[in-house]
Amino acid sequence: MSGGVDSSVAAALLVEQGYEVIGMMLRLWSEPGTASVNRCCSPEAMAQARRVSAQLGIPFYAVDAQDVFYNQVVEHFIDDYTQGVTPNPCLRCNRHIRWEFLLNHAIAFGADFMATGHYARLRHEGSRIHLLKAVDKDKDQSYVLHVLNQEKLGKAIFPLGAYTKKEVREIASDINLPVADRPESQDLCFIGDGDYRQFLERNSTLGVGGGPILNHSGETLGTHSGLENFTIGQRRGLGISSPIPMYVLEKDSSTNTLIVGEQELLGRDTLFAENVNWVSIESPKEALPAKVKIRYKSSEETASVIPVDAETVKVQFDSKINGITPGQAAVFYQDEICLGGGIIYASE
Amino acid sequence: MRTNSIIFLDFASTTPVDQRVVEAMMPYFNQMYGNSSSTHQFGQLADHALEDSRRVVADFIGSTPNEIVFTSCGSESDNLALRGVAFAERDQRGAAHILISPVEHHAVSITALQLQELHGFEVEFLPVDQYGIVDPDEVARRIRKDTAIVSVIHANNEIGSINPISDIGEICRARGVRLHTDSVQGAAHLPVNVDDLNVDLISLGAHKFYGPKGIGVLYVREGTPIYPILTGGGQEQNLRAGTHNTPYIVGLAKAFELAQSDHEERQTKYLQMRDQIINQVLDSIPDSRLTGHPTMRLPNHASFIFKNVDGNTLLMMLDAAGYACSSGSACKTGDPEPSDVLTSLDLSREWALGSLRVSLGQITKQEQIDGFLGTLPNIVSQVRELIPQ
Repeated sequence: MSGGVDSSVAAALLVEQGYEVIGMMLRLWSEPGTASVNRCCSPEAMAQARRVSAQLGIPFYAVDAQDVFYNQVVEHFIDDYTQGVTPNPCLRCNRHIRWEFLLNHAIAFGADFMATGHYARLRHEGSRIHLLKAVDKDKDQSYVLHVLNQEKLGKAIFPLGAYTKKEVREIASDINLPVADRPESQDLCFIGDGDYRQFLERNSTLGVGGGPILNHSGETLGTHSGLENFTIGQRRGLGISSPIPMYVLEKDSSTNTLIVGEQELLGRDTLFAENVNWVSIESPKEALPAKVKIRYKSSEETASVIPVDAETVKVQFDSKINGITPGQAAVFYQDEICLGGGIIYASE
Repeated sequence: MRTNSIIFLDFASTTPVDQRVVEAMMPYFNQMYGNSSSTHQFGQLADHALEDSRRVVADFIGSTPNEIVFTSCGSESDNLALRGVAFAERDQRGAAHILISPVEHHAVSITALQLQELHGFEVEFLPVDQYGIVDPDEVARRIRKDTAIVSVIHANNEIGSINPISDIGEICRARGVRLHTDSVQGAAHLPVNVDDLNVDLISLGAHKFYGPKGIGVLYVREGTPIYPILTGGGQEQNLRAGTHNTPYIVGLAKAFELAQSDHEERQTKYLQMRDQIINQVLDSIPDSRLTGHPTMRLPNHASFIFKNVDGNTLLMMLDAAGYACSSGSACKTGDPEPSDVLTSLDLSREWALGSLRVSLGQITKQEQIDGFLGTLPNIVSQVRELIPQ
């Protein structure tokens, strides 16, 4: 529970359906020596979750996950940036913290299932469970849940998957849940002020600092302040003068080089992804037609997903797309079904 | 919540109000509701109840009624004792040194530290042994001419150890320094006689001995220099302003009478179960230790530390399994830090975070303890497995 409307309504629906419900909240890491608190578990959020639990008549426990969150999420976040990729810490948090550390706690507490306020659905197909997109397409969160597996789906309940956000708000209001609207996204919850560049400056010891900016043909156009300060597709703040707008095309951490070029060079039709996880289906042996999302909020693009080895795929898009970013997940869909996904490490 | 199916083993945190106490209190809410300071007969009825209650408490602790000050809780009593005496002693004889133990309740230690930070007093902590017990010789060694007050807890809430208050009191008296003891835990189980204990001030709180929450006592020996910290009307010998909380004062007196008149009987019942818990836990759980003294401890109190156990998780899992216990480092926000008391025992972090307190009450049954002892080892090992390697 986060104290927000989604997890609160999820808990309320479960209570109404007759489940014996235990409220749990994770105490996540925040940076020592700063006044900031982790936005996923601020004192206000915790007080709110407690009030909701009291109203629903369920017990509530806050589980300390500060160390494991630091080791599994924050450290990798820092390392990834240092190596020139743009990580999505929510993916690691879902895989290692929520659906492993917290799930293990829930099971130890005697729970049969763990439910969250994620917008996604599950459907049993014979012996397999399919992860499906939510009914509310704007809110669908199957993207971050692609890191689960069949065993975990068997323990999962997503009570909100069949509802729209609007309906969820109406339920909250109908049953007088004491939930306030909070900012939707808690991305980078552990960076109090949201300024990840400052955070990296304070916490990254591996930072190599500035290096050259080259164009596609290898000509030096200027110098950059550190690869972590740039993201693929970025145009502003490059500090180079050029008659035509230049965009970040690539970050080469092996030579600490930022490669820039004209907008049309941004488009790529192939990406490679590693740590691939097939959440709903068996690992495919042959190429699969799929719709692919390259960021949580990106549109779906038609592509062919071609297995390279057990944990690596090549994704061949039908047309060129912009903004393929190493470190983000590419997630594969067929209609409603989220097949799986992996972490982008290259494009061409 | 399923509190009717959960077994309460946390009577050191609080107790249910005894039905006889509830009945004694009831008429004072809406029948004899007068203000005890009023002239009329409504006021007189309330005043009778107030003074009867004061006499009951005074009789049981061996004081005179005018040495009893009713407060709103044990913490307020501690505050009044420390602030009241410290300021008065500094004014009257320039004494600005405060000597306390490191195993005090926060109501004493945080108050003392604020007196140091904001008001220029000097706070010195006495050493304690491995059981958290103060050596009277250390008091003799550290007490000074300019010591304003010494405060040593009677029986510690977290680890149950009982301090040699009487011996410490002798030393203080010989040196002309006032001794305060927080007996909020102690008075529920131990005889509290102000002359046997050689103390000048004692804090009590009703809810630890089957009385209501929100009512306490400070005993102040006649002649003790002390200022009020809550000023206003002249209630409580000018030491504690505020309209008397008559129903709660009546409840406190009734509960104290019940606790003090049969504490030996209660004690016998507890001792056997307590020692069963201590022996069985230490036998059946690897890497477990008792905290506090094995015998010089509260009769209803067993406390432990387990190596590499997250105390909060342990408490949550025990709760989910149907047992309500407590821990020295418990924190409902899930941000564990070892308590000051456990820190003062020089425990490493891998031990100090895994604390558990089991405290028994009048309604505790043998089969509940058997069930608890059957469940605990399994839960401890589950909690150990939850810590990622």
